Amino acid sequence: MKFTEEHEWLRPEDDEENVVTVGITEHAAEQLGDLVFVELPEEGTTIAREDEVVVIESVKAASDIMAPCDGEIIEVNTALEENPSLVNEDPLGAGWFFKMRVADMSDLDAMMDEAAYKKFI
Amino acid sequence: MAEELLTTPLHALHRDLDGRMVPFAGYEMPVQYVPGVMKEHLHCRAAAGLFDVSHMGQVILRPRSGDVADAARALETLVPQDILALKDGRQRYALFTDDEGGIRDDLMVANRGDHLFLVVNAACKARDIAHLHEHLSRTCEVEEIADRALIALQGPAAEDALDALAPGARDMSFMDVATLGSDFGPLWVSRSGYTGEDGFEISVVADRAEDFARALLSHENVAPIGLGARDSLRLEAGLCLYGNDIDRTTDPVSANLLWSIQKARRAGGAREGGFPGAGIVLDRLATGPARLRVGLLPEGRAPMRQGTELFAAEDDETPIGTVTSGAFGPSIERPLAMGYVSIDHSAIGSKIWGAVRGRRLPVTVVEMPFRPATYKR
Repeated sequence: MKFTEEHEWLRPEDDEENVVTVGITEHAAEQLGDLVFVELPEEGTTIAREDEVVVIESVKAASDIMAPCDGEIIEVNTALEENPSLVNEDPLGAGWFFKMRVADMSDLDAMMDEAAYKKFI
Repeated sequence: MAEELLTTPLHALHRDLDGRMVPFAGYEMPVQYVPGVMKEHLHCRAAAGLFDVSHMGQVILRPRSGDVADAARALETLVPQDILALKDGRQRYALFTDDEGGIRDDLMVANRGDHLFLVVNAACKARDIAHLHEHLSRTCEVEEIADRALIALQGPAAEDALDALAPGARDMSFMDVATLGSDFGPLWVSRSGYTGEDGFEISVVADRAEDFARALLSHENVAPIGLGARDSLRLEAGLCLYGNDIDRTTDPVSANLLWSIQKARRAGGAREGGFPGAGIVLDRLATGPARLRVGLLPEGRAPMRQGTELFAAEDDETPIGTVTSGAFGPSIERPLAMGYVSIDHSAIGSKIWGAVRGRRLPVTVVEMPFRPATYKR
C-alpha cells in the first residue's frame, strides 16, 4: 500500500495488473470531519496526475481529491453517493473512492510506504 | 506574523475538552470538539449543547435620567424596533441600520428595569460601541461589559440543567430576562438563543465562568458544542448570520426581517421612522423589495454553499440571485441554504437552479424555518 502527500492511499489489486484502489487516510478523514456528500467521477474517464477527480463535502466545506497518477477510472464506489459517512467510518475499507488502471506503475515507487507516511503526518 | 488572537474566559476549558481551535472574529474559538459537527448538532437538538459566545459584545445602556424609557427613546434613534414598549424583564431582536437603510449589525436588546442590556456580534462590537457613544452619550452612559463571559445553553434539556444551578430558570418564558442567584454569582439570564431550540443565554462573571460551565457540563445531557454546529443549527432555524445573510448592502425589508419592525415604528405608527435610513426602509416597505431573502432546498445531496449563483432556468446566463449561507442540515438530513433572489422568483415553491461547480442543480424556494422552533412561549 502506498500513500501520497495529499493523504490518499493506493492499494494495488492482487488479481488485476496495473489496477489500484484509491481512498483517503484516517488522518485525512478525521481532519475533514463528517462527510455529507461525495461527487465521484464517471467510469471510463481518463485522468492525469493532479486532476481534481473527486469532490468531497463536509458539513462546512468542499475539498477536492486529486488523481494520484495518470490512468483511467474503471470503477467508482457508488455506495458513497447514498452514504458518504462510510469515508469517516472506514476510510481504508468501505470508504474507498475509485479503482483506476494506472498508466505507469513505476509512479508508485516514488510514493510513501506506511512507515514513511506515519512519519509524514 | 499572525495576528494576536483574543481568548475568552473559557479558553482553558476548550483546550481541556480537546476543542479544535480556529480564528473567528479576532478570537481563538472552538469550531468543534471530538464528536464532530454532525453529532454535536444532533446532540443539541436531542439533549442540550453548551456554547461559548463570550466573544460577542455585552453592553449596558444606562439612562443618565435614571428612567429606562429615556434609554429606550435614545436607542430608537438607531434601530427601527419598538424599544419603548419593551417591558421590564423582556428582550427583543433589533437591527442597527445605516443612512442607506443597510444593516450595520443585528443585536438583542433587553430591558433590565433601570437600564437596557445589549448583546452585539463579535466582529461588529467595537464599531457598534463607538456608534452608541457617538449618538447616545448625551442621554446614556454606554458601558462595555468586559468582565463577564457569555454562555448559551440550548436544547430540550437546557431548562433542567440550568434550573438545577440557578433556580427560577424554569419559570422564564421565551425572551424573558432575569437575574438569577447561583453559586457562581448573579447570572444575567435570557431565555433565548440562536439555534431554534428552547434555551438560555447566560452572562456570568469571568472568573467564575469556567466553574459554571463545568457544572453545566457535569449534567448528563449537556455537551460542549463548537461554532461549526452553531452555524448549521442557526441555518436550520432560518436565522441570519451577520456578514453572510445580512450586512450593509441588505436592508431589513429585503432581508425578510420585517417581522422585527413593530407597528409603532412603521408608516402611520406612533413613532414612525426616526432611525437611520428610515425614509428608504419605509419606502421599500410600501413599494416592496426588488429582491428577498428566502429559504432554499437543493435537490439531491450536494450542498449549495455561500456564493453559489442562482438562475431562473437551467440554461439562463444572467443570475437572479446568490446563496448567502449553505450547508448540510444534520437534523433535516439534506442540504439547505438561504440567499437572495429577485422578487419574481421568491414565491414559496418557485423552482430555480443553482450553479455548483459548473453544473446546474435544481433548488426550490421554501418556507423557513427548515425545522420548527421549540421555544417555550
